[in-house]
Amino acid sequence: MSGPSLMDSLFQRTLEDLIKGLRQQLIGEQAFISKALEEIRKEIKSTDLSTKSTALLKLCYLSNLHFHDMSFAAFHALEVLSSPRFSHKKIAYHAISLSFHDSTPVLLLITNHLRKDLTSTNEFEVSLSLQCLSRIANVDLARDLTPEVFTLLSSNKLYVRKRAVAVVLRVFEKYPDSVRVCFKRLVENLENYDPQILSAVVGVFSELACKDPRSYLPLAPEFYKILVDSKSNWISIKVLKIFAKLAPLEPRLANRVVEPICDLMRKTGAKSLLFECVRTVVTSFSEYESAVRLAVEKIREFLVDEDPNLKYLGLHALSIVASKHLWVVSENKEVVIKSLSDPDPNIKIESLRLVMAMVSEHNVAEISKVLVNYALKSDPLFCNEILGSILSTCSRNVYEIIVDFDWYVSLLGEMSRIPHCQMGEEIENQFIDIGLRVKDVRPELVRVARDLLIDPALLGNSFLHRVLSAAAWVSGEYVEFSRNPLEFMEALLQPRTSLLPPSIMAIYIQSAFKVLVFCLHTCFVRGGSTAGVSASASYESFDDLSVENGADSTVAHGQTCTSAPITNESIVNLLKLVELALSPLLGSHDVEVQERARNLLGFVDLIKLEALNSSGQEENDSERKGVEATKIIRLVHDAFSKELGPVSLTAQGKVPVPDGLTLNENLGDLETICGDIELPSSNTFSFGYPSEEKDVSSFSNLQIKEDSGQSNESTSLLAEHRKRHGLYYLPSGKSEVISNDYPPANDPALQGDNNDNASDLVKLTAESLVPKRKPNHSKPRPVVVKLDEVDEKPVAVKQLESRDDSLSGAVRDILFGSEDILPTSSRSNLPNSNRKGKKKQHMITQVESKENVVDDGNSSSRRRKDHSHGKERRHRKKNAEERNETDRKEKESSSNHPRRHKSRQRAEEPLKVPPQTSVIPDFLL
Amino acid sequence: MIHFVLLISRQGKVRLTKWYSPYSQKERTKVIRELGGVILNRGPKLCNFVDWRGFKVVYKRYASLYFCMCIDQDDNELEVLEIIHHFVEILDRYFGSVCELDLIFNFHKAYYILDELLLAGELQESSKKTVARLIAAQDSLVETAKEQASSISNIIAQATK
Repeated sequence: MSGPSLMDSLFQRTLEDLIKGLRQQLIGEQAFISKALEEIRKEIKSTDLSTKSTALLKLCYLSNLHFHDMSFAAFHALEVLSSPRFSHKKIAYHAISLSFHDSTPVLLLITNHLRKDLTSTNEFEVSLSLQCLSRIANVDLARDLTPEVFTLLSSNKLYVRKRAVAVVLRVFEKYPDSVRVCFKRLVENLENYDPQILSAVVGVFSELACKDPRSYLPLAPEFYKILVDSKSNWISIKVLKIFAKLAPLEPRLANRVVEPICDLMRKTGAKSLLFECVRTVVTSFSEYESAVRLAVEKIREFLVDEDPNLKYLGLHALSIVASKHLWVVSENKEVVIKSLSDPDPNIKIESLRLVMAMVSEHNVAEISKVLVNYALKSDPLFCNEILGSILSTCSRNVYEIIVDFDWYVSLLGEMSRIPHCQMGEEIENQFIDIGLRVKDVRPELVRVARDLLIDPALLGNSFLHRVLSAAAWVSGEYVEFSRNPLEFMEALLQPRTSLLPPSIMAIYIQSAFKVLVFCLHTCFVRGGSTAGVSASASYESFDDLSVENGADSTVAHGQTCTSAPITNESIVNLLKLVELALSPLLGSHDVEVQERARNLLGFVDLIKLEALNSSGQEENDSERKGVEATKIIRLVHDAFSKELGPVSLTAQGKVPVPDGLTLNENLGDLETICGDIELPSSNTFSFGYPSEEKDVSSFSNLQIKEDSGQSNESTSLLAEHRKRHGLYYLPSGKSEVISNDYPPANDPALQGDNNDNASDLVKLTAESLVPKRKPNHSKPRPVVVKLDEVDEKPVAVKQLESRDDSLSGAVRDILFGSEDILPTSSRSNLPNSNRKGKKKQHMITQVESKENVVDDGNSSSRRRKDHSHGKERRHRKKNAEERNETDRKEKESSSNHPRRHKSRQRAEEPLKVPPQTSVIPDFLL
Repeated sequence: MIHFVLLISRQGKVRLTKWYSPYSQKERTKVIRELGGVILNRGPKLCNFVDWRGFKVVYKRYASLYFCMCIDQDDNELEVLEIIHHFVEILDRYFGSVCELDLIFNFHKAYYILDELLLAGELQESSKKTVARLIAAQDSLVETAKEQASSISNIIAQATK
């Protein structure tokens, strides 16, 4: 065994050889790597740790930069880890933190290695294992190593201590109970004077505060002190982040902090810190006018800076301000608009967002015009970005900002013609949505649809197919508004429609059907006189079309000559056209297309005979002979003429139960039949029905009551099941069930659902026309049909409790459990022993195992108390003026918060004060 | 926090990757491919920030290398730029005007330096001098160990064990 081992270690390829070999590429990269891997596999099994570690290092290299799997070496890495040599350890730790993950099988074996190194006297070994722990920690590791990390948190080697502080964050995340042990020491480190440690602690708190800021409010005084005293920009930035989270929760804190932040903003020369101040102010202090003004001033400096980074960040900050102070954006309008043509796509997008934030009902037309022009000029990506944001802004809140729908619909048409447009789907939705919701715009909508449909060039653009399908649908649905339906027929049946995908083709055919029925109806039933309103307006473009499409020329000519009214002759031509265009589709391989084509042709067959006959005869004759045909036409026309309206998402639940239908009876039977497998609980039926149905429901209640006695238990089980797996149940009863259990506070509409379903229904049928706002334009805003619930989906009730994950729960336990007593008691001059005793008890309950922990806790708390007293004294002494102000504020706030005042009076007795009121110690007021 | 650090050469070759959040091997390659495509294609005079899957990637080019760090949406971009610069300066001091080749052949050393600088995705040490001192101390530890290991007597001792 010794022979090969010696050879291995003497002639092993080192990492450098490997890299050199790779770079020379004599035999090709892949081949070389696989050869190297083979060697590594052999070497890594060696008993010599040097050979092994070199192999491991090479493997790391390959895994890291060439992404080769190194999980096979997990155990070997552990073996190298056990080496006494630092260099081996280093390689092993590197490999482990690179390759281990939660499901690595040998993870269990590493605990002892880590523990050994965590307690090592070599600070670098400790640091290595901490680093490794931060990367691979899982619940078990975090739990098992908590005591070691805890000890390190107060290590007198600063290097180790600051690393332990950083790692503690990961330990908390994985094993929240460790908070109970370590949190105190972490907080103590906040008062350390070493900037490195302070930076690490503040970093940890800023991460923690991101997740659940409320828990860290009691620490505000410490953070405040750091903010005021800190000389290091790194620390200031982190503290600002913490305050950005804390300030919105506690207005008094915000009052106190805003001035130092403004000071910092004025003084600092570092752009990063300056930006952090600006961001903190605009996100969390937007009520403080002067602070915002100052921030805006700084933002403006950013905006005009040469550096694209600052420009970008300036725009970014503006977009944060925009939600609360729109004036800031309009003040900087020029810069923003100019940035739209910046070479940097990120800046462009940011400025686009800002421009969209400025949109209101007064300027939407202008801004859209400008933007569409930009879109025409810019690259496809940004073009679609622009179009997308126009579409989403305009459709926000059921087209809230649109007053002139005619304009908007034509804008949609214009947008779909922009060469790079890929927003077909969204445009399609809006076309149809507007058609359904806004009655007044339909003529214009039909005009836009016509323009889109008759342009054969558009059919070639696959991005537009969705738009065209919407246009086709519009043309069929609202054909009565068209000036010339025959034109639509030609457009819908033009030869190039073969370029469309089958699903859209089917929509085309269906729309053609509708248009045809409309033509026939106007011709035969209404006598043809009223129909041809006039085609002269669309005359020219129409003529072009007829020239282009030779196939349809006969019909087209007939049409042009007669210039509008639908005559028998034109109908005959129309029927011919339909047959001509659709007969090839009978053989289509798509079922939908084939079926619809067949439908339409069948209908044409029915009609054709009559139409042909009548065409040869006098008008009167045709009336008589075409009776049958007219009947059919009338029938079909009636079928199509029923208007479609928008449908509420919850509409199904509102359908009243018809008189004759007793749904519950059957279910009652079912109940008896299937004994324990029961259907909806009686609750579902007794609630939520409109008053008209009262007799029915009460009847059913009776019925169910008979049975419910015996099967109450299973009913509740079922309700439970339904709650959990609502997906598999019919939605009808669901809303009632849910609202019984947790009333969604945010949604009065939904609550109303329960009580006056009936009145809601009335509203629905009356198409609840709710004009949002008094239009003060020359042209009145058309009515937009809105359904109460369609647009605001029931928002899940935000439960604060649910956000309380175990981590912040633990933190809160520590902070509120002890600290809410601590600050008040330290101010109320409780006897020291009493306090200590309380402390001790607290610690004992939390840390069962370690005795020294308790001792530490005691000493530290003493230290801490002294310190806080000192701090207070210093603060008092600071200067008279500030104290006056503080006093005044204190008075103010005490008058504002009588409860708080009382609580302080009562603090004499060791009474448990409600945590909310004592969250901020007096120091801040 | 910083989620990962990438060093990518102008040709798209990866020179260093460090992951502070859990990413599987597959995700890692995907991330690198995606970001490489985005970042290498950006022109020279654009801003140094890229929005990427709800995160922000801050990158800066030094000679032929792109240093990229991925951070959370509300982290401070300028601060991260400073961290990158800090890292580069330390590398420069350690290798003596660092070049891409230094990082290629001493890839593990670059890691060790980064580990001194960042821990658990946060800046650990903001002093260049301190980092240099720490690295030197560890290097000397490694060297003494190596000398011991490679001395002939040691090899013979092992061979005849």
